[in-house]
Amino acid sequence: MEFTRNNNRQLLSKVATNNRHGENTPYFEGWKAYDSNPFHPTQNPQGVIQMGLAENQLCFDLIEKWLLENPDASICTAEGIDRFRDIAIFQDYHGLKEFREGVAKLMGRVGGNRVKFDPNRIVMSGGATGANETVMFCLADPGDAFLVPSPYYAAFARDLRWRTGLEIVPVDCKSSNNFRITRAALEEAYEEAQRSNINVKGVIIANPSNPLGTVLDKETMRSLVSFINDKSIHLVCDEIYAATVFGSPRFISVAEIIQDMDCNRDLIHIVYSLSKDMGLPGFRVGIVYSFNDCVMNCARKMSSFGLVSSQTQFLLAAMLNDEEFVGNFLRESSKRLAKRHHVFTKGLERIGISTLKSNAGLFFWMDMRPLLKEQTVQAEIELWRVIINKVKLNVSPGSSFQCSEPGWFRVCFANMDDETVQVALERIREFVHQGKEEDGVSEKSKHWRKQNLRLSFSSSRLYNESLMSPHMISPHSPIPQSPLVRART
Amino acid sequence: MGLLSRKVTCNSHGQDSSYFLGWQEYEKNPYDEVKNPKGIIQMGLAENQLSFDLLESWLAKNPEAASFKRDGQSIFKELALFQDYHGLPAFKKALVDFMSEIRGNKVTFDTNNIVLTAGATSANETLMFCLAEKGDAFLLPTPYYPGFDRDLKWRTGAEIVPIVCSSSNGFKITESALEEAYQEAQRRNLRVKGVLVTNPSNPLGTTMTRTELDLLVNFISDKEIHLISDEIYAGTVFSSPAFISIMEVLKDRKLESSQVWERVHVVYSLSKDLGLPGFRVGAIYSNDPIVVAAATKMSSFGLVSSQTQFLLSAMLSDKKFTKEYLSKNHKRLQKRQNKLVSGLEKAGVSCLESNAGLFCWVDMRHLLSSNTFEAEMELWKRIVYDVKLNISPGSSCHCTEPGWFRVCFANMSEDTLKLAMQRLKSFVSSITINNQSHQELKNTRRKNRNKWVFRLSFQSFHDREQEER
Repeated sequence: MEFTRNNNRQLLSKVATNNRHGENTPYFEGWKAYDSNPFHPTQNPQGVIQMGLAENQLCFDLIEKWLLENPDASICTAEGIDRFRDIAIFQDYHGLKEFREGVAKLMGRVGGNRVKFDPNRIVMSGGATGANETVMFCLADPGDAFLVPSPYYAAFARDLRWRTGLEIVPVDCKSSNNFRITRAALEEAYEEAQRSNINVKGVIIANPSNPLGTVLDKETMRSLVSFINDKSIHLVCDEIYAATVFGSPRFISVAEIIQDMDCNRDLIHIVYSLSKDMGLPGFRVGIVYSFNDCVMNCARKMSSFGLVSSQTQFLLAAMLNDEEFVGNFLRESSKRLAKRHHVFTKGLERIGISTLKSNAGLFFWMDMRPLLKEQTVQAEIELWRVIINKVKLNVSPGSSFQCSEPGWFRVCFANMDDETVQVALERIREFVHQGKEEDGVSEKSKHWRKQNLRLSFSSSRLYNESLMSPHMISPHSPIPQSPLVRART
Repeated sequence: MGLLSRKVTCNSHGQDSSYFLGWQEYEKNPYDEVKNPKGIIQMGLAENQLSFDLLESWLAKNPEAASFKRDGQSIFKELALFQDYHGLPAFKKALVDFMSEIRGNKVTFDTNNIVLTAGATSANETLMFCLAEKGDAFLLPTPYYPGFDRDLKWRTGAEIVPIVCSSSNGFKITESALEEAYQEAQRRNLRVKGVLVTNPSNPLGTTMTRTELDLLVNFISDKEIHLISDEIYAGTVFSSPAFISIMEVLKDRKLESSQVWERVHVVYSLSKDLGLPGFRVGAIYSNDPIVVAAATKMSSFGLVSSQTQFLLSAMLSDKKFTKEYLSKNHKRLQKRQNKLVSGLEKAGVSCLESNAGLFCWVDMRHLLSSNTFEAEMELWKRIVYDVKLNISPGSSCHCTEPGWFRVCFANMSEDTLKLAMQRLKSFVSSITINNQSHQELKNTRRKNRNKWVFRLSFQSFHDREQEER
């Protein structure tokens, strides 16, 4: 069978056998550690806490309530079944009109109602994953490249490059100016690419940023638009985290920016999704919104490869067209994210760990540079392994986001309950204090201090006493304890 | 637009073909019994609309599946978060059991070898990305599903080389046709990576014979290439001969440990059997773990909605329901196909004998003004615009013989089908009358001319007569 397998391997495509899907990187080690030892408050309190998964679990109660009140949004209930056959048949890649209208309204609302999105420009895709790949297929050919400001979402390596044959040229951003994307950095990356005979077709950014959790300011956005316009290359804005913004500065969509700018709109494309804002990654709702008619038409044809289930379109159409619900949801979601973000960042501050100032996303960008043995990726990975194996937190190392400076970690905060937050903070506190004490303090006093620290936790005002959400299992996909995964019948 | 990719500007998406133009015309003027009785009747869409009542009645009896509940508990949150590309285990189990049931339980499928995709459209493209690239080709028997041009070639860069099948033997695949296709690919400097067949066939509506399946296995063994069997219509087989899956053939020939085992892949979907194309449920089944691993990762670009996986896992796990559904569905398909066939007969039109699918392969060669594709297009336009039936011309399916059309029967009410047949009958009668008088006129003219020529030369008279027949 071995010879056969090797022989057969020759018969597969390069795409099937290369590593450009990116899943063999150390990034996934953390996940494996979690999978083999997942935290559970009662069943496995010493397990690994998942902080590497950017999920929004804070507002399911709101959606569940809406579902109970709106049984006709389901084509399977007695109230909705008269729509069953029409919807079951519906595979038109234009998508359900009401669904597109609902999404357009949501996008407009999330942008502060400063822009109106046209439902007829809304094109579906298999999640933002599918959307990003589709946009690449439309804008570039194998061998072409896109500029991507770093640090960037790890899976861009797969989504932008794997089956498309494209290349990524990173545009390094530095902590010295809070990782802002500068015109100079863009120009430099572009020139360098030209010198290497790499054909740059565009720039792709995530706004708000993953992994930074920051919102791009107006000036940076205008500078970006001006840059791509000058070079006549594309700008793709992945706005998947648009509604996870809390406080200020507010989110500004590229759609708003171009309203007041002289720019070739054929170069502007937006990617959106309901996976982060609404917390529905399982429903696979990705959107391509291009201002370029050719791209829109082509992406629509390509959407055949990843249409949104009509059952799901129907449900979401009802939900998103309920403007009262949407308004309330967005406000409440923002509030809860802000609160959670605050608990963590303040908690860390008190431990002496700083984070990049941010007001969006489902994570924060944690600065562990002081804890590195040396400022190298090697040291970062070593520290990361300690965090996974000893502190038992799965966080994501900056190197997996191609960050040019070692020592930064992305920490997700919206995918767990309040108690787990406290456990996580406690573990970090212990780890940091242990580290400090290892500098010349006796074993005995260390032990005593540890006890004291433990005792003092329960009365510490660091603990958030809010009874926000019901007790939830620390999540993962697949959730090891989930009945969905355990079920065999 | 040098700014965009070549994919945007090329035509490999195939959507300029007549197959899609007919759809567009239908969209502009769709038949409705009450609102638009003179509109175009859609007979170009292979949908199964005959058994929704069975699904609806199951839903009425199973409210939990509808409302994100399991054993009285809400699992909405878990479903909303579930994006694991390995798929919902309960759904995969139910799906492979269903696939087995359709094949008379003669073969079983392992949940570790199945990959869920957004429809068969995505399954076929994903398999192609795994097995082929630019410079490679897959051989496909003609006529074939027009969407393959997009699904197999567009973004992958692979090519299709036809295995030409002819009406002389009921469009069956022959060894010489396979060899000829293989040689043609070589001539075009393409590396043949495999064969892709649709079984039961679209557009023929026939199941493959064991002889053909054996032939295929021998061929791919010999050439050391892949075989993809798109079995999307497996559950629509309504009369004999029974459906034989390629997996059954491999099993019968005890090839599980052979080299060829890992080069055979099956594509499936619930769009035709269950009539749920909107739900986007497709699957790749492969015995090659590398293909399964790669395809699984690729499915990230088109996963099945967890909401849908959950609903269908409950439905397909209900074995009492699936048994009843398959049986009733078959009976209804058979009845409806019979209605189409007899309606066509009354109109003086025959079709290929078929036992599966949601359509018939109709022979209108005798209605062509000449044995050409131009004449086929002419005829097709008249049928769409004058007769107001959207049917699919054989050329859009890459048929090499003009005059064949695919006509669907399961996507309309019985009354609509009846009306369609009436329209067709009138049309055919009118052509026949016209042809008759046209032929009479032609004959008269010829007689006169020949009389004159006869005076000149007996020999040349004979020659001319041969030409005009």
